[in-house]
Amino acid sequence: MTTHAQQFSSDADRTTRDLEQRAQIQSALRSYEVARDAHKSAFQDWEAARQTAAEIKWDAVNHLDQYLSEFAEKLQARGTQVHWASNAQQARDIILNIIRANNARSIIKSKVMTGEEIHINEALEKAGFEVVESDLGEFIVQLRREAPYHFVFPAMHLKRGEISELFSRELGTAPTDDPEELTMIARRVLREKYITADVGISGANFAIAETGMISITENEGNARLTCALPRVHIALLGIEKVLPKLRDLALFLPMLATAGAGQALTCYNSLYGGPRQPGESDGPEEFHVVLLDNNRTHLLADKEQRDALHCIRCGACLNVCPIYRNVGGHTYGTTYQGPIGSVITPHLRGLQDWKHLSNASSLCGACTQACPVKIDLHHHLLQNRRNAFTENPAWREKLTFKLFRLVMNQPRVYLFCVKLSRLIQPLHRFVDGTRLDPALGWTKTRKLPKIAPQTFKEFWQNRK
Amino acid sequence: MKVTLFIPCFIDLCYPSVGMSIVQILERLGHTIDYPEELTCCGQPAFNSGCWDEARDVAVRVVERLKDAETIVIASGSCGAMLKVFYIELFQGTAYEQKVQSVANKTFEFSDFLVTKLGVTDLGARFPARVTFHDGCHGLRELNLKEQPRTLLSHVRDLELLEMPEAETCCGFGGTFATKFPMISTAMGDGKCASAQETSAEYIVSNDSSCLMHLQGLLDRQGKPLKTIHLAEVLANS
Amino acid sequence: MSEREKILSRIREALTLSAAVPGHPQDHLLQVVSEEEAAQHIHEWLPAVGETLEDGLALFAKNSYELKTDFRLVDSEEDLLAQLAEMASGWKKIAIHRGELTDAVCGKLGLPVCITDEGYDASYLESCDVGITQCDCLVAQTGSVLVTARSAGGRALSVLPPHHIVLARRDQLLPDLPSAFALLEERYATNYPSFISLITGPSRTGDIERILVLGAHGPKQLTVLCI
Repeated sequence: MTTHAQQFSSDADRTTRDLEQRAQIQSALRSYEVARDAHKSAFQDWEAARQTAAEIKWDAVNHLDQYLSEFAEKLQARGTQVHWASNAQQARDIILNIIRANNARSIIKSKVMTGEEIHINEALEKAGFEVVESDLGEFIVQLRREAPYHFVFPAMHLKRGEISELFSRELGTAPTDDPEELTMIARRVLREKYITADVGISGANFAIAETGMISITENEGNARLTCALPRVHIALLGIEKVLPKLRDLALFLPMLATAGAGQALTCYNSLYGGPRQPGESDGPEEFHVVLLDNNRTHLLADKEQRDALHCIRCGACLNVCPIYRNVGGHTYGTTYQGPIGSVITPHLRGLQDWKHLSNASSLCGACTQACPVKIDLHHHLLQNRRNAFTENPAWREKLTFKLFRLVMNQPRVYLFCVKLSRLIQPLHRFVDGTRLDPALGWTKTRKLPKIAPQTFKEFWQNRK
Repeated sequence: MKVTLFIPCFIDLCYPSVGMSIVQILERLGHTIDYPEELTCCGQPAFNSGCWDEARDVAVRVVERLKDAETIVIASGSCGAMLKVFYIELFQGTAYEQKVQSVANKTFEFSDFLVTKLGVTDLGARFPARVTFHDGCHGLRELNLKEQPRTLLSHVRDLELLEMPEAETCCGFGGTFATKFPMISTAMGDGKCASAQETSAEYIVSNDSSCLMHLQGLLDRQGKPLKTIHLAEVLANS
Repeated sequence: MSEREKILSRIREALTLSAAVPGHPQDHLLQVVSEEEAAQHIHEWLPAVGETLEDGLALFAKNSYELKTDFRLVDSEEDLLAQLAEMASGWKKIAIHRGELTDAVCGKLGLPVCITDEGYDASYLESCDVGITQCDCLVAQTGSVLVTARSAGGRALSVLPPHHIVLARRDQLLPDLPSAFALLEERYATNYPSFISLITGPSRTGDIERILVLGAHGPKQLTVLCI
């Protein structure tokens, strides 16, 4: 059986060779970066805003029990049913039960990453329900039966021609090269679904404790329609989404838009605090909020990495990550790609199975610098490496670094090694870059540096 | 001033002229050099691989030897970040915490030492070539070294400094990452070399020999004429 | 034990160890001032807005231009009606809600009107050419329109028809986001509407090759008429 680590390496090997795909991703993310920088510089003090956002999230996460209880009570007081799910199975069961109790047939979904996390679509389809993704990018990847490539830009890996072909094949539409026409095809197909769907499923970007509301950020309006028309609205969200106060959004909404998409503000930032209230002209009859743990409390218990729960899923760390830019989103094999995914997936799905993601980093720190809530991402990757090694030391690594310690701490052993290497190096050219080369990890694409005829230590000795 | 010099292992072994250049420059400025020959490595390879016990054993010797130094100059942004930032994390909650902090406070990466500590920006160097500067990530993000090396280069005679696009993007070295995930590391390095080439520079200059080792390795394998050189070697040239 | 209690007890267990506040201690902002004071500072960090109503209107106009919102200042109710009548030439039916401004002008267009407060059929609303609403306020800083289920006739009226027109008064223009949230609190704190939305430009997507397309699922056109 292929392990996740082997799968990652072989996929990375393939994707890094796909120069066309790499160029497309990089040019898209470069244009994002230009837009982001423009909006960042519009802030009077981005760094102070970042620090404040980080502290508000710290407060929320470090008093999570209080804020979560407050959030749930406020929602219930206005007729919302709040459900608690410890794991994915429970969350799926809760959602299925609500759907069955309402004799629902068709379901419309707006973008919900926690849904990807618990594989809700598969569960719903298996149970015989029709479920349609309404976010354009999600709609496209659902038709392709593949996972989102990026948790903010799900279809960024596809070219318009591929999307046109996909629509022709799956929807029977005429081929077109025009992104606007392609968008209008999706609009027409989905319009009917909103009106006929019995249940709308959404996620949430924030959960406001003070007022008992979920906040949803989107550009297309699909989430607004999903939460307006169907008779039942189910929102699935992780327990870490909490913000203490409604007014905190005045800071978080523009920061999310700036860091996430390079916009001043996303087109629709909507708050939902219950089902249709007396005197209101529309809205669902039932509103259900499902709060998902699914090992988030495991991450919460790690005080070093607890700040990873501050994440607002803006995707800024993916966008600037040179690893993401070169291997692409599917290579990760996770719901959450990029640096934040590499940090949290070991907590959500097991350290030994997912530690390779923490190793697959040059620790450049671009992610940490980009994070609007100051998550210490690249240091957490180092901590994951340490934890993985402490928990289950690989013998080869153990031996390597015991030797390393010996060589570096014993000047005479080091000197011996220098001399030995000088003797061996001339022989290396016979195997350089071949399968017999013990340094093939380096030499396959790079020449080895030469050992100097006189090391610095020798120079210093001679000088004295 | 008595300057204690920390020469990282790969500079000692493969790029001794970087160390020699630093000695030459500092002595010319009238400082006395103290070089602890018994120190070789800061322990970063073990630290980055998760073997923190082994890293600590190496780091303890470094801290013990450097704790009484007046000021410490280190020839690499990455090893500088190890001493100044990662040691703090490595020794958190141990008896060494304070010693480590005091060593961190008096440790300077070479270009930072010249510009920030000494206030020297013109070393009278001459280097007739077009160059582009590569920011090593550890120097850039952990130690905030952005302007210091550029200030120094701007005073080098006959040198033309050309900024490359995406100068702050990682070159893909990343220590053991380079050999554990050679395909990703190479893809990143190729991107960096392409950015550098776009400027029509003849040299990639950096204050981190580890990045340069990776880039030079790639350039040599591909037979490209672009060369790499450490900042200290440029500054020692006349 | 219920799942609620299980999750809350896991959380409490985890929080027995305390975690450091992010950032360098000397940079901590909220630790040194009260939360109320900190809230006062947020507007100093967000993008700058001018001082006067004229500054605000100019900024709202500039943001609207960038967002592709059609923003027009009108001088009187007659002017408002004239502008609407001009736009109405291709319309067959319109949807509105009851409100001071909507009532004043929409009836005079001489078109069939769907009034959402009185209940509506979703397919019929979808087939209307335009949804005309009022709002709670306009936000100069971002060029946004703040609507709620109460101020704008429910959830669907401002998103289902292909064109959304907002009728607003100049005194509804607020400088920035903190003041918009303060307004919500002041107006609704005892009983919030179940739906609140900050609308910033017409519906858009960049999901295909990051090329901007308007009218992804919501309105393709957003017009703000400010009297």
